[in-house]
Amino acid sequence: MRKLAIIGIGLIKWGELWEKSIRQIAAEAISKCLEDAGTDRIDAMTIGNMSGGLFNGQEHLSSLIPDHLGRKNIPAMRIESACASGGMAVRTACLEVASGFSDYAIAVGVEKMTDISGNEATYALATAADQDYEAFHGVTFPGLYAMMAKAHMDRYGTTRDQLSSVVIKNHYNGSLNPNAQFPFKITSDQVLKSPMVSDPLRLLDCSPITDGAAAVLITTLEEAKKLKKQPVFISGIGHASDSIALSSRKDILKLEAVELSTDKALKMAGKSIRDIDFAEVHDCFSIAEIMILEALGVVAPGEGGKASSDGLTGLNGNFPVNPSGGLKSKGHPVGATGVAQICEAVTQLRGEAGERQLKNIRTGLTQNMGGSAGSSVVHILEVI
Amino acid sequence: MQVPRYWREIPKRYRLEAAQCKKCLNISFPEKFSCPECGSRDFKTIKLSGKGKISTHTIIRIAPEGFNDQVPYGMGIIEMDEGPRIMAQITDCDPEKLKTGDRMIYQFRRIREDGSTGVIMYAYKFVPDVGI
Ligand SMILES: [Zn+2]
Repeated sequence: MRKLAIIGIGLIKWGELWEKSIRQIAAEAISKCLEDAGTDRIDAMTIGNMSGGLFNGQEHLSSLIPDHLGRKNIPAMRIESACASGGMAVRTACLEVASGFSDYAIAVGVEKMTDISGNEATYALATAADQDYEAFHGVTFPGLYAMMAKAHMDRYGTTRDQLSSVVIKNHYNGSLNPNAQFPFKITSDQVLKSPMVSDPLRLLDCSPITDGAAAVLITTLEEAKKLKKQPVFISGIGHASDSIALSSRKDILKLEAVELSTDKALKMAGKSIRDIDFAEVHDCFSIAEIMILEALGVVAPGEGGKASSDGLTGLNGNFPVNPSGGLKSKGHPVGATGVAQICEAVTQLRGEAGERQLKNIRTGLTQNMGGSAGSSVVHILEVI
Repeated sequence: MQVPRYWREIPKRYRLEAAQCKKCLNISFPEKFSCPECGSRDFKTIKLSGKGKISTHTIIRIAPEGFNDQVPYGMGIIEMDEGPRIMAQITDCDPEKLKTGDRMIYQFRRIREDGSTGVIMYAYKFVPDVGI
């Protein structure tokens, strides 16, 4: 297997981008990525997108996006794994290059979610759950994570304030990120006064509906050394799945796909979680970040809430999590999220993160998951 | 939703039919292609008693398309006395008062109507089991 490096990243400002189409935002992110890398070369393209069909009535992005970009003969493919589509697209681009099949592979993640109503978007997102045995009965994604939160509170005594501490921290970080959809701070009082969506989760515990795109360009480590930007080495990749329905799991507080994908990535990189300096993780809901901290092995099961409120994961903490603001503040255009996590890790490792720059970092981890963690993909990135 | 998609799930939705592995006796609801515990494909169909307890629950206040007329409604994972866990609505009670561990019993209820095909969908919901 050839060694892999990221040589370019491209992110656009996320939000409700009424004036732009899915093809336009994807092309903008790719164009920024190529400019950042200082090359135009694309041998293959992977496209992370959960549901162009439901959100935009548009499938076949593997033709649409290269066409709009003005590069219509590029071999492109769409990769779908619900909210983990972006991370899977990066992984697939890595496989293209690692195998020697392509020398330059670009992964673009894109989701244009505001072309339909909020109600329809809730339906579209719920298709990441078991349609016949979860969604059929009227459960929503906030509902599924609310049930995990309730179980976490029952078993471990996790508190409302601990959930809020994740929200407050991620919005603080996002306030320093010019690309974030909601770049402002939030107080505990604002969280408590936001409407209840699915008890105990309130509106401000939930990641928003977002239009957004992100891209990363991957080549071999050898090739990367010829280019202008400092390359970031991809030393570990892990990927695993779990049951789609929450009710099929013996223990709904065990995120098995996250545990397994993390273990595989760390093993490939020859590292332990103690060697990781920071992480971008899939905080689709406040409780998710707490449970992911436990699944990564940063803290023991049940200690994620306390670790969060104690400041472990803040910009100045011992294990900073989501310096970008996470899905919560930066936004969650589902197929773009996993790619944007890699963009943030690269920005941090290059030392280009401005006011939110972490100090003394060499190794970062990104974790992106689909649905109620029915799939998860982890990447480990290092400066050379 | 086309009728066959609804119709083929009826044995589970109307009668709580589950699959018991003949080799390790593990019960799956709904059935799986192979037993998740031992990999065997030799199952017998059994009917769950419909009795169990709340494993975790929530109240849905913002509903997906088709459920807007029902909010707020209780939703939970019910652990059946035979072992399997089932995601379902919890109804005929004040959802604010539900607690983990509360005893539940199965009821056959209308879930929703599909506007475009006119299919009226029925399945299980759970209600507090107050005894006979
Ligand atoms: Zn078995």
